[in-house]
Amino acid sequence: MTVKQYKQVLAKPLLEENPITLQILGICSALAVTSNLSVTLVMCVALTFVVSFSNLFISIIRNYIPSSVRIIVQMTIIASLVIVVDELLKAYDYETSKKLSVFVGLIITNCIVMGRAEAFAMKEKPFLSFLDGLGNGLGYSIILIAVAIVRELFGTGTLMGYEILPLVSNGGWYPANNLLLLPPSSFILIGLMIWGIRAYKTDQIEPNEYKLSGHASAPDLSKRELNV
Amino acid sequence: MNDSILKTLTVSFLVCLFCSLVVSYAAVSLRDMQNLNKLNDQRIKILKTAAIYNPEESIESQFSRLTPKFVDFSNGKLLDAYGEYDLNTYDPVYFSKQPEHSTPIPVSKDIAIVKNRENIGKIYLLKDSTNNLEKIILPIRGYGLWGTLFGYIAIDKDLNTIRGLEFYSHKETPGLGAEVDNPKWKALWDGKTIYKNNAVEIEVIKGKVDSSNQMASYQVDGLSGATLTSRGVTNMLVYWFGESGYKETLKNINYDS
Repeated sequence: MTVKQYKQVLAKPLLEENPITLQILGICSALAVTSNLSVTLVMCVALTFVVSFSNLFISIIRNYIPSSVRIIVQMTIIASLVIVVDELLKAYDYETSKKLSVFVGLIITNCIVMGRAEAFAMKEKPFLSFLDGLGNGLGYSIILIAVAIVRELFGTGTLMGYEILPLVSNGGWYPANNLLLLPPSSFILIGLMIWGIRAYKTDQIEPNEYKLSGHASAPDLSKRELNV
Repeated sequence: MNDSILKTLTVSFLVCLFCSLVVSYAAVSLRDMQNLNKLNDQRIKILKTAAIYNPEESIESQFSRLTPKFVDFSNGKLLDAYGEYDLNTYDPVYFSKQPEHSTPIPVSKDIAIVKNRENIGKIYLLKDSTNNLEKIILPIRGYGLWGTLFGYIAIDKDLNTIRGLEFYSHKETPGLGAEVDNPKWKALWDGKTIYKNNAVEIEVIKGKVDSSNQMASYQVDGLSGATLTSRGVTNMLVYWFGESGYKETLKNINYDS
């Protein structure tokens, strides 16, 4: 393994193989925790920590994991890491942990963590797996941070709690866009990002799974036995 | 072979053992800090309601200015002791869920959808340097749009003027109902009056309060786009300052001081 290859493993998930925009994983938390940038940052650190270390530990014991119970073994390791992160947050950053509420616990079910464990850490060496986890965590973070900046700035006129656009309700000039405070707004933002990235990197565009047939080639129902 | 039964059991056992050790170590070693955080969070809300919170000073010493008291809702009397329970750690919300410590509220009277009211509540008295009553901080709760709002309200020593309102837990919509946390809206409550001729008149109205209206001191601006949350706040105040809430208690405090 050369340094170049290490770099590649780390950098690929940032844009080219981004877990959110290419694989459409981890959408749940991307909707739920992005209305406020400081909360989002904590969530990103928590997920990056979990995915890197779960990859590391799973990779270390990968040659000893029986294939019949491998998912459960992976889950046990992931769940333990998540509980540790949750406990640390409750002790050292209680305010944020209150805002994140169940979403820290839900990192366990975040498809990115499980996906990287199953797809990468079960096959590759520990350090490389750690880098892959780190890269995927950062790829997730980039998207979340971008969504959170838009949502917080235009939804509440603040960034990290500091006032940037003075709101009309506080005597300023900016009328807040309340839609951005609701989770579905992230759908729109992430959708726009996917569109942008795929317009730039056309190899990410998936081939159609099926093609709608035109009217001319519509099936001739008279020749088929109908099950009515 | 990785897939023999013995190997499967051994690996599972070792992974579980190791993980459980890590998890329990984290849980046990951080527990004290977590409990302190939880307690301080609640205390900060109470101090903010009383408008005496100062982030520079230790929460412990600020909180010692408040005197907690038990309230017997059946006769409105203030108590210093209740069974074996400690006044400092007693949690009224927890006891409202214990059938033997609470009373179901008849549906027709349960305007705030509180469902069960604890038999013994807990309030805080703020006294000034000469030991005279300055403010009373009362816990309140009631249903908004998506769930129950939990908060505290501070009232003046005249037992009729609101001095502050804070919610520490709610599930209202961000930008609409969640504006109950907006400092500007909360500031509107200072100086509002609760009772008129012994009936609760305080109300969150729709739209802005017309200050020339003679009822203006009983009215607070509604939260725009959050009619149900605003109505929930009104109902909550009507309930908690009514017969089944703190009405008797406030009379008793009046006689005491």
